[in-house]
Amino acid sequence: MWHNLARLVRYRGLIQSLVARELKARYRGSVLGFFWSFINPLILLTIYSVVFATFLPNRSVIEPYALFLFCGILPWTWFSASLNEASTSLVAGANLIRKVMFPAEVLPLVSVLSNMVHFLLGLPILAGFLLYFEHTPDLADLFWFPVVVVIQLVFTAGLALLLAALTTFFRDIRDLLSHILTFWFFATPIIYPWNQPGLEPYQTWFKWNPFTHLAVSYQELLFFDGPFGQLRWVLLLGALSIVWFLIAYWVFDRLRDSYAEVV
Amino acid sequence: MSATSGRATPAIELAGVTKIYRRYDRRHFSTLKSALLQRSLARDLRPDETFTALSDVSFSVPVGSTVGVIGRNGSGKSTALKLVAGITKPTSGTVAVRGRVSALIELGAGFHPEISGRENVYINGIMLGLTKRQVEERFDAIVDFAELRDFIEEPVKTYSSGMYMRLGFAVAIHVDPDVLLVDEVLAVGDEAFTHKCLDKFAEFKRRGRTTLLVTHTLGLVERFCDEAIWLDAGRKRAEGLPKRVIDAYVGDVQKQEERFLAAADSTARQEPPAPEPPPVPAASGSVETSKSAEGRWGSGPVQIVDVAILNRDGQPVHVCQYGDALTIRIAVRTPKPVEDFAFGIAISGADGQLVFGTNTEIERLEAVSLSGDAEVRVEIDAIDLVEGTYKLDVAVHTRDGAPYDYHRLLHTFRVKSAIKDVGLYRPRHRWVFSGGVTIHARPDDR
Repeated sequence: MWHNLARLVRYRGLIQSLVARELKARYRGSVLGFFWSFINPLILLTIYSVVFATFLPNRSVIEPYALFLFCGILPWTWFSASLNEASTSLVAGANLIRKVMFPAEVLPLVSVLSNMVHFLLGLPILAGFLLYFEHTPDLADLFWFPVVVVIQLVFTAGLALLLAALTTFFRDIRDLLSHILTFWFFATPIIYPWNQPGLEPYQTWFKWNPFTHLAVSYQELLFFDGPFGQLRWVLLLGALSIVWFLIAYWVFDRLRDSYAEVV
Repeated sequence: MSATSGRATPAIELAGVTKIYRRYDRRHFSTLKSALLQRSLARDLRPDETFTALSDVSFSVPVGSTVGVIGRNGSGKSTALKLVAGITKPTSGTVAVRGRVSALIELGAGFHPEISGRENVYINGIMLGLTKRQVEERFDAIVDFAELRDFIEEPVKTYSSGMYMRLGFAVAIHVDPDVLLVDEVLAVGDEAFTHKCLDKFAEFKRRGRTTLLVTHTLGLVERFCDEAIWLDAGRKRAEGLPKRVIDAYVGDVQKQEERFLAAADSTARQEPPAPEPPPVPAASGSVETSKSAEGRWGSGPVQIVDVAILNRDGQPVHVCQYGDALTIRIAVRTPKPVEDFAFGIAISGADGQLVFGTNTEIERLEAVSLSGDAEVRVEIDAIDLVEGTYKLDVAVHTRDGAPYDYHRLLHTFRVKSAIKDVGLYRPRHRWVFSGGVTIHARPDDR
């Protein structure tokens, strides 16, 4: 396992070019091309703003709501799109795994990384929103921002490896996953703040839900004033994510030899 | 063990390799549920069925040699190649390979249809283990080799399958591996491209690289390889000089074909004659030659009880060589004597095209009487047909054609030939040249 993990570093050129290919191929043939990376989050944001400001007005008063929403939706989109793509990545890349000597773990990681690029491309828009609403975050807080991104990356990568491996054996996961992710989205303080009145009974759940800590971190860093209270939680999550990634990688590695036969 | 393994360092070495494929067909949702609920994941990952693709195969390929692997479909050739390529792991035994391997197994496997040929060359090259800089250096050579200079900026999805394969081949061959694995990929292009590939293989060999070649083109093995390995049903049947191994293999294939055709014939013979010919399938109605579908029919006063094709020694055969003498033997039984009768035969190609048909009436043989058991022989001096599968019709009928017993397309035989000419009939002929023309005979390609 350690040997394979070390080998992964050697494959960075491959990962790089596959991510680039993924991004290039994604919008090939569409009129707006790469702009979709910017437009997609905007449209999503508009929909959620309209729904939760007009049809289902939120109980707590958070202003500006769209900005708050953006802080959580952008990382969530990265997370959920990564997992959706990663879960089918081995099956979709069957011809690579079956026909050429190819490090299988590259495929789910490419899913995560290419969606991370979309996330990073959404950041300038988020920055634009922050400026527009005159909501400049603390410079000290901004230092922590990349840390949170890396923690999310490690956590997502672990989950992506595990899902990719298991989906080759149980194709059912592909269908289940989208529903689980929908539920997970609503059960995470993204469209509402975690401390909204009336949510007291669910605080334990929030604590155990790893994505809460990521979402709340982004919100605290970028949206809310005041100290970064989530810091210790998210660092704990970071430490656990590393362990989690190693476990997931171990499972993936154990099943490696069967991918070529089952995909 | 290979006879050559003592002489040189092996580039590829398989020792006691067994590969068992598992099948997971019967897994359903219920097993996912039980896997999650009863924590039986490990147990459920066990296969439902197994298939042994290779069993206890050992061979070694010395550095710098070219070895051909031959065998029937499903004999484990491709599995052996995949094991050497490291795509799958052996169930037991060891596979050792020295040096960088490039596998021409699935050409262009990593191509993405939406992006350009240029970008695909880069990514494919990197996948095969080159660095970006190395691809850059070889880029022009790759594109020229693939003859795709004009199309290299187009997305690969616009390529024809031939272009696709050519580009895949070009990238794979320019990886410049120490060990090249080739799986039946010479069918990638037109004649000219095939020649270019063969030249490239030859160049490879000159530079002391090792090649393992899986192919059905036996002539290629004989011409290119230093050694051949014959796999049969997952076992190594023979290994050694290409000529010897190929002869053993061809002999075995012929025997098997003979058995197969004999089995098909004996089932055809079991059917009792129907009173009417079977209806002609609608689609073939337009083809004049296929008057009727295969089958057996007739009124029954005379019955054909046995049909055999005999070789020169009087042995029944189903496979023969071009130019062999053959005898068609028809045994008939006539319980009540008849006087109005004629015997007929016809030979058709596999597609139903009539090659030759005759009967005793046409050939002005006067029928007098027929009763009890009788035997009819049609002796053919030399079967001048090109290589292929042929169908035989035999019939007994009245002089004006009402069938007593008609066997339509029920008997099959194969003609083999060293020369792969086309059509059906191969007249005895020779080429004669004079004036300013020089032509030599080429060595036998089989």
